[in-house]
Amino acid sequence: MLRRRVIPCLDVANGRVVKGTRFVDLVDEGDPAELAERYWREGADEIVYLDIAAAPEGRGTLLDVVERTARRVFIPLTVGGGVRSLDEMREVLRAGADKVSFNTAAVADPDLLARCAARFGSQAVVVAIDARRRPGPDGAHPSWEVVVRGGREPTGLDALDWARRAVEEGAGELLLTSMDRDGTRSGFDIQLLRAVTDTVRVPVIASGGAAGPDDFVAAVRDGGADAVLAASIFHRRVHSIGEVKTAMAAAGLPVRRGEIAA
Amino acid sequence: MIRAAVVDYGAGNLVSIEQALRSAGAAVAIVASGDVLDDADLLVVPGVGAAGPAMARLTAAGLVDPIRRWIAADRPCLGICLGLQLLFDSSEEDGARTLGIIPGHTIALRDAPTIPHTGWNQVARRRDHPAFAGIADGADFYFVHSYAGAPGRAVAEAVTLATTTHGAPFVSTVARGRLLGVQFHPERSGDDGLRLLANVVALASPAVAAIGSGSHAAALDTPPPRPGSSLPGGW
Repeated sequence: MLRRRVIPCLDVANGRVVKGTRFVDLVDEGDPAELAERYWREGADEIVYLDIAAAPEGRGTLLDVVERTARRVFIPLTVGGGVRSLDEMREVLRAGADKVSFNTAAVADPDLLARCAARFGSQAVVVAIDARRRPGPDGAHPSWEVVVRGGREPTGLDALDWARRAVEEGAGELLLTSMDRDGTRSGFDIQLLRAVTDTVRVPVIASGGAAGPDDFVAAVRDGGADAVLAASIFHRRVHSIGEVKTAMAAAGLPVRRGEIAA
Repeated sequence: MIRAAVVDYGAGNLVSIEQALRSAGAAVAIVASGDVLDDADLLVVPGVGAAGPAMARLTAAGLVDPIRRWIAADRPCLGICLGLQLLFDSSEEDGARTLGIIPGHTIALRDAPTIPHTGWNQVARRRDHPAFAGIADGADFYFVHSYAGAPGRAVAEAVTLATTTHGAPFVSTVARGRLLGVQFHPERSGDDGLRLLANVVALASPAVAAIGSGSHAAALDTPPPRPGSSLPGGW
């Protein structure tokens, strides 16, 4: 049976792991490859790097970090942030990433997904959807709007419509972040997750709002998520990946226990 | 030292497989043409993406016949993911004719709750094989694919080494002579993946007779040196 994945996300800027509110007050937290290896040893099923600087001049630094990681961490690596073209995707994959995550660039040019999927396969194409809740037209049923540029720019796109479209174009996985919950530690937006997992057949990674192990359980059991992602609670060692997996296993969810030492 | 040739046909990440094979004790060359294969001990055909474009690129690189000859001579070969699917006659994915080395076809996963099948899943063995030495039956390996090879009825029993279930069961490992094909990514499957690659590298030693001959266990313990063999550039 397919295991439900627990994925730590590392915000990377200029080749270093940073923490802080996503784009301001960044604090250097170390070497991404080193931290990724630690997470692998703690039982992470996959690693996500989000290049939050995503400046074209920093591209070489990012590729270097990806390659150093691929040479010492033997679990899958997804890289997102600022990839805008087929050629840039090729560079990131050749540096050692297994998947590339698209966000703003895909909204601006959905055909980019089709071109990348045709060349590298859907399994390598992840679409990151940042969604913000808005009141439904009838006041009862919520809907979610896609926002881009780190949440600063609304697009007018309905998140479910965009999820459907992204998959049609070639996305093989969705990384779904609730912008209402991100950074709040108030739990994943289960309603959003359920709406998206009911809409598409590709795996959906839940992101935004994780506070404790119970939230991960709910994202999978109630939200239908295939994988759960978090950043700060792992970095700050509020909870370990092992604790999260223990809670998931106790709830009857299939998790991989392979390399969890003690 | 075992020399592994990893076929490069533009299929994306080769860093992981290259590094994993090095960790397993092999010297690794990334090869983009058939000319240099003869210097290798082990041929690795990795790959992700669609079958049609992959066959077109293998053909353009002049790799199709060298790969066929290599496997026909029962030289050690590991096909990974698409590299396994290409061994069959054709793929349902885009109607591509593939290498035709193992009778059968690559078909879409049936009854799969999610597509692509992405993540860690159990590899259940039908029989023992030295490539899985030291790895528990049912161990988790990392998969990411939407299609899988279905060996033809006449050979299915003989070549199917392991199966995995996502919706319906599918063949996740085939073995025939010194050819091993895995639908999962050993280079992305943590310690068990590295162990499998180390086994594959050890089995590629010229001193190991054909798998099944019974002599491989000893060879695994003591990979022989290759006196006098100078490594050509790139190895």
